Amino acid sequence: MGSEGAEREALGYDVVVVGGGPAGLATALHLVQQDGGEAPSVCVLEKGASIGAHLLSGAVVDPRGLDELLPDWRQRQAPVWVPAGQEVFRYLTGRRAWTLPTPPQMDSHGHYVGSLGELGQWLAEVAEAAGVEIYPGFPAAEVLYDDAGSVCGVATPDRGRQADGSPGPAFEPGVEIRARQTVLAEGAHGSLTQAVIGRFGLRREAQPQIYGLGIKELWEVAPERHDPGRVEHTVGWPLDTFTYGGGFCYHLDERRVAVGLVVGLDYENPYLSPFEELQRLKTHPAIRPLLEGGRRVGYGARVLPEGGWQSLPQLSFPGGVLVGDAAGFVDVPRIKGIHTAVKSGLLAAEAVQAALTEGQGEAADLGQRVEQSWLRAELRPVRNIRPAFRWGLLPGLAYAAAETYLLRGRAPWTLGHEPDHRQLKPAARCRPITYPKPDGRLTFDRTTSLFLANTNHEEGQPCHLVLDDPEIPTRVNWAIYHGPETRYCPAAVYDYEPDAQGQQRLRIEAINCLHCKACEIKDPAQNIRWTVPQGGDGPGYQGM
Amino acid sequence: MKVLAAVKRVVDYNVRVRVRADGSGVDTANTRMAMNPFDETAIEEAVRLREAGTASEVVAVTVGDAGSEEVLRTALAFGADRALRVESDAPLEPLAVSKALAAVADREQPDLVLMGKQAIDDDSNQVGQMLACHLGWAQATFACAVTPADDELHVVREVDGGQRTVAVALPAVVTTELELNEPRYIKLPSIMKAKKQAIERLGLAEIAVDGSPRLELLGVSEPPPREAGEQVDSAAALVDRLKNEAQVI
Ligand SMILES: Cc1cc2nc3c(=O)[nH]c(=O)nc-3n(C[C@H](O)[C@H](O)[C@H](O)COP(=O)(O)OP(=O)(O)OC[C@H]3O[C@@H](n4cnc5c(N)ncnc54)[C@H](O)[C@@H]3O)c2cc1C
Ligand code: SF4
Repeated sequence: MGSEGAEREALGYDVVVVGGGPAGLATALHLVQQDGGEAPSVCVLEKGASIGAHLLSGAVVDPRGLDELLPDWRQRQAPVWVPAGQEVFRYLTGRRAWTLPTPPQMDSHGHYVGSLGELGQWLAEVAEAAGVEIYPGFPAAEVLYDDAGSVCGVATPDRGRQADGSPGPAFEPGVEIRARQTVLAEGAHGSLTQAVIGRFGLRREAQPQIYGLGIKELWEVAPERHDPGRVEHTVGWPLDTFTYGGGFCYHLDERRVAVGLVVGLDYENPYLSPFEELQRLKTHPAIRPLLEGGRRVGYGARVLPEGGWQSLPQLSFPGGVLVGDAAGFVDVPRIKGIHTAVKSGLLAAEAVQAALTEGQGEAADLGQRVEQSWLRAELRPVRNIRPAFRWGLLPGLAYAAAETYLLRGRAPWTLGHEPDHRQLKPAARCRPITYPKPDGRLTFDRTTSLFLANTNHEEGQPCHLVLDDPEIPTRVNWAIYHGPETRYCPAAVYDYEPDAQGQQRLRIEAINCLHCKACEIKDPAQNIRWTVPQGGDGPGYQGM
Repeated sequence: MKVLAAVKRVVDYNVRVRVRADGSGVDTANTRMAMNPFDETAIEEAVRLREAGTASEVVAVTVGDAGSEEVLRTALAFGADRALRVESDAPLEPLAVSKALAAVADREQPDLVLMGKQAIDDDSNQVGQMLACHLGWAQATFACAVTPADDELHVVREVDGGQRTVAVALPAVVTTELELNEPRYIKLPSIMKAKKQAIERLGLAEIAVDGSPRLELLGVSEPPPREAGEQVDSAAALVDRLKNEAQVI
C-alpha cells in the first residue's frame, strides 16, 4: 500500500501520545499538569470510536497511581467506585472449591472495584479540561522517522481505501502528527510499539514478552446475589495443571459482576479454546448460582503482558518512550496493571518534560527513574512467580509461596521466558478437547457473544489481518496444529473451509475482530500481522 | 441560498441498547453517542450544496443538552459555517422540537431546511413534517436525491417500490434518506478546528417554546430473545423439520 506521503497534511505538537488508556491519559495529563513554564502541547490519538470503547480490564484498582496523579480524585466525582471488600482465593476441581489462604499480593484491602472503560472516560474529561487534545476515532498506523532515524511522530491511516487497497470514492488520506516526543501507550502488544522495539533493538537485554489472554463477560445479577466489592479469584479447573491461568469474579456497583478467565498464551494443546474454558468455568457449582437469574450485558477480550520485570524493554528511544502495557508494566501475580500504567505514565511525563526543556532528543533517564520508583520495588520481587508455573499449578503455587514467605523476593536468580508462539505442540501429540454445547442462558457461543461487544469494522476496507504467506495456514496451521486460531480467537474471526481441491483454506472474518492481539502473539508460524484498521472500528465496549 | 441543517445526538447505531430493568426507558449512561445517521446525510448534502456554489451559508442546529453540542462540533467538522444549540436539558417531544426549529428558522431565515427523515432513537418521523406545517413551507420527505433548479428544488423521493420526483418551491423543508449521499470521512484537522469554533445558544424561553411533555410513556421493552439456532445434519433433515415441525413448507 503506497502511503502517498506527499499528499498528507502535517500537524505539529510537542508530544503525541498513542493510545487513550490509563497509561496514555496519565502521561498526557501529567505533562500539562506540571507547573513552571509553559505546558507543552499534547495530543492523544485513540483508535476506539470513543475513549473506553477499546478498554477492557477486571478491574480491581490499586489507587496508588491515581493518588499520585490526582490526589483529590475521590472528591472529583471519579466514577463511583466500590471499595473492595471480602476477597476469596479458591482452587477449583471439577465439582469442588477449596478456599486457599489469600496470598498477600492478592490482598485487595484499600482497593476499588470498577470499570476501566468508565475510569478512562473520566480521566479523558479531566485531561481535556486541563488542556490535552484527545482524538478518539483516529488511530496511529505508522511511525514517522526523521533523516537522522529518530522517531518524529506518527501518521493516522488512510480512510476510504477499497478492499484491494486502491482509493475509493470517499478516500481521505491519513494525517501526519509530528511531535518532538512520541509516547507509545498502545497497551499490550501495540503495532507501533512492536515496530519501534524491533527497529531500535529495545529488547536486546530483556526476556521475550509473554502474554495471557483475558476473556471477560459483564453480568447483571439478581439483587440477592450481588455483593458489591466482593473479589474472587480461582485457579485450577477448568484448566489443566500445565496451563497457566485463573478466573475472576468482581462485584461492581448496580448489580454488575465481571466474570472472566485469563489463560496464559504459552499453553501447549492446540485444541484448547480459552473462550470455551470461560464458558465451562461459569458452570462450576461455586460460580453458577451467582449468575443464574441474571443476564449477560457485555463481552470482550484483550491480552495482557505477563513477562514481568525481566521482560521490560529499554523504555526510551530517540524521539519517544514506552509506557504502561506497551512496555509490560503488569504486576503479574496480582493481575494488576492499571496503577503501574498510571505510574509509568507519570514518570514518563517527567522524563519527557525534562528532555523537552533541555532540548534532548531522547528521554534517556526514564529507565533510571523507573529503577528508583516503587515500580521496581513492586515488580522485581515477584518476577519469578509467573515463570514457575511452567512446572505445573501445584509446584507453581508452592514456589510462589516460597518466594513470597521465605525468599521475600530476594532470590538471586531470575527465571526467563520462551515466546508464546513456540509453545504449541503438534495436534497429533495432543488430546482433543470436546466442550459442552452452550445452553443460551449461562453459556453461549462466540457469535452470540460478539453482539455484546458492539464490534464492527466498516466493510469494503482492506483486511486488517494480513497473512505474510497465504499458504502457511494450510501447510502449517491446519496440517500440524489443526487450526488453533479457530479456537483461541475470542471473536471467531478465523475459520477453515475446503477449497475446490479439498484443501483447507483459512477464511478471515475481520469485521468481528476485538483487537485483542492474541493471533499475532500465538500464531505458531508468526504469519499473521495485525495492522491498524481505519479509525473508529473495532469493539464498542461499555463499562468494561 | 442559506441552508439550515438540523442534527440530533442519539445512541451510536453500533451500540446495542439496554432497557432499564424497570422498563422506564433505555439506559444511556456511559453509552456511546453519535450524530443520527440520517442527519449525517442532511449535513453532508448541505455542505455539498455550498461546495457546489448553490448555498452560501450552512447553519447547523440542534435541540438538546450541553452534551449534544458534540454533534454540532461534528457538523462544523463536516463543514457547517455556524452552529447553534437550543438549550433543553430534558429530552423534548417531536412537537416541541419542531416548534423550536421553527423559531430558529424565523430568526435565521434560511431558504432550505435539511434534516434526517427520522432519528434512530425514537423513530418518530414527525419533526420535518410538523416544521413545514408551522412555517407554512413546502416539504419533500424521504429525499434520496436533491437537485437545485432555479428557485425550485427537484427532489427524488424514496417511495414504496420505487422513486418519485417532485419539484418544491423554496423555502422548503427536505427530510433525507440514507441513500441521499455517502457522508465524507471527517478530517482530523477539521475536527481540531471545529473544537475551537464558537457555538451560539438559545434558551427555550427566549424563543417562547413550551417544552413540557404531552405524551405519557407507558413502557419500553426489549424484543423477545431469539430461540437458539440448531444445526441439522442434512438437507433432507432440514426439509423434514421445516415441513413437520415449523410447518412453513
Ligand atoms: C481481563 C483482564 C483483567 C485485568 N484486571 C485487572 C485488574 O483487576 N486490575 C488492574 O490493575 N489491572 C488489570 N488488568 C490489566 C490492566 O487492564 C492493564 O494493565 C492496563 O489497562 C494497561 O493500561 P495501558 O494504558 O497501558 O493499556 P490499555 O488499557 O490497553 O490502553 C491502550 C489504549 O490504546 C489504544 N491503542 C492501541 N493501539 C493504538 C494505536 N495504534 N493508535 C491509537 N490508539 C491505540 C487502545 O485502543 C486502548 O484504548 C487486566 C487486564 C485484563 C486483560
Ligand atoms: S483476529 Fe486476532 S486480534 Fe482480532 S479478536 Fe481474533 S485473535 Fe483477537
